[in-house]
Amino acid sequence: MEPFAFSRANDPGKAIAAAAKSSTAQQGAEVRFVAGGTTLLDLMKLNVERPTQVIDINHLPLADVERTPDGGLKIGALVRNSDLAHHPQVQRDYAVLSQALLSGASGQLRNMATTGGNLLQRTRCVYFRDTNMPCNKREPGTGCSAIDGFNRTLAILGTSEHCIATNPSDMNVALTALEATVVIRGTGGERRVPIGEFFLLPGDTPQRETVMMPGDLITHVILPPPHAGARSHYLKLRDRASYEFALASAAVVIAADGGRITHARVAMGGVGTRPWRSPEAEKALQGQPPNARTFAAAAAAALRDAKPQSQNGFKIDLAQRCLAHALSTVVA
Amino acid sequence: MSEKKPGDLVEIQLGRRNFLQIVGMTGAASGLGLPIAAQAAAIAAVAHSAAPTEVDGLVSVRFTVNGKAQTLKVDPRTTLLDALRDHLQLTGTKKGCDHGQCGACTVHVNGRRVNSCLSLAAMHEGDEVTTLEGLGQPGNLHPMQQAFLEHDGYQCGYCTSGQIMSAVALMKEPCGPANADVKEAMSGNICRCGAYSNIVAAIQQVRKA
Repeated sequence: MEPFAFSRANDPGKAIAAAAKSSTAQQGAEVRFVAGGTTLLDLMKLNVERPTQVIDINHLPLADVERTPDGGLKIGALVRNSDLAHHPQVQRDYAVLSQALLSGASGQLRNMATTGGNLLQRTRCVYFRDTNMPCNKREPGTGCSAIDGFNRTLAILGTSEHCIATNPSDMNVALTALEATVVIRGTGGERRVPIGEFFLLPGDTPQRETVMMPGDLITHVILPPPHAGARSHYLKLRDRASYEFALASAAVVIAADGGRITHARVAMGGVGTRPWRSPEAEKALQGQPPNARTFAAAAAAALRDAKPQSQNGFKIDLAQRCLAHALSTVVA
Repeated sequence: MSEKKPGDLVEIQLGRRNFLQIVGMTGAASGLGLPIAAQAAAIAAVAHSAAPTEVDGLVSVRFTVNGKAQTLKVDPRTTLLDALRDHLQLTGTKKGCDHGQCGACTVHVNGRRVNSCLSLAAMHEGDEVTTLEGLGQPGNLHPMQQAFLEHDGYQCGYCTSGQIMSAVALMKEPCGPANADVKEAMSGNICRCGAYSNIVAAIQQVRKA
């Protein structure tokens, strides 16, 4: 691990001002905030992240879960994944989020990892984690080792000729289906970014993963009020039964009335370069009867634009079955 | 992290104060990362609020370990795991993968299980840390330690400390009654010997007691 200076922030404004001296937003920045540390320390030991200054933000007052006046939920960026998963209101109104959180990592890691940190979790692409190998995300312009390499676990949606890395988070997939809002505080004040606009496609700048700017600090995530009558579910498929990243996952929020689907939100994990919202699947579900034929059509629509690599073509079938199964589970 | 070890070994033999004096006199600064002290101090000087990285490049942290107050001055890179093992000589906590994948380093922070390898010691100001040594000792074992003995919940024993720390924390977490629930909750602790069925039996005995 490379040397760095360590400090403890007791004021968000000062922490933001210090981090704003970085040339990039948090990911890969010279001045890094640390909360849970589960991604950052891992990558610092691999010399993938090499901050010269680390600011401990654990003492900032961002660890509360509060109801919003309209019946939604305001989640502090420092709320631990385990606490959020077991929060009574999350379990009751946003089951898909609780299930997604509990399907990720291990009991120990969930006690450490935070809501804000999970949003900024970095890819598990083996070439990103290996500083001996070219990687456009880690070192722009060096090339993508995965496209002609080991790509079994990588993305089939949203890829570019520069990067096919998968967003590894389960939480982000659930937040995408729930249409969460990310509250960011930066040098210019606070702004609210819909999660659908928070993550960037890799394009020709895969090193930029989000819309965050140097100095920006995630302070909260806001969930809208639960859709009346809707049920939600998260299904994750992986190589091991537990403690493994998704090969494919699906987060669904569905309401049906009078034999027709009246509300459908669909997001997928393990297949996209960002948490993958599927308006195509939602359109295929809207107004249709909730049955196997509808679910198969929605699954086909969700994967229609998939672009497989040499080793991950199986993900097209897997993701379709995953989505169809999640849909049949939620309406059962 | 490994570059710290020679310095720490010398430090244990000489005592911290003498060691730092010797390093200062001879200029043999490789052990504690002192060549970066000037850089670190410069960064700290332009920083903001409470900036505990001191002029010598070290950082102070006060926490409680197994009920005893401790104050350490450590290289900022020191993980909680290395602070426990190399600074406090509490070697019951094991270093396995050092990347949060195996669970051998599991300890309790404020009563909750965490991977001590993925946490900086300096992040634990004011925290209460419990290691295996704080659970029980020979002659006065924690029920979970006793159950692992009775059920032969190990072979080589390297993962056992982490398994027991995880299992004790599990008692206070939401977890269903079935063996499958225990396996899911314990999935962050890897046993390469494959003692899983005996580990589950030990945990279930304590849960049902």
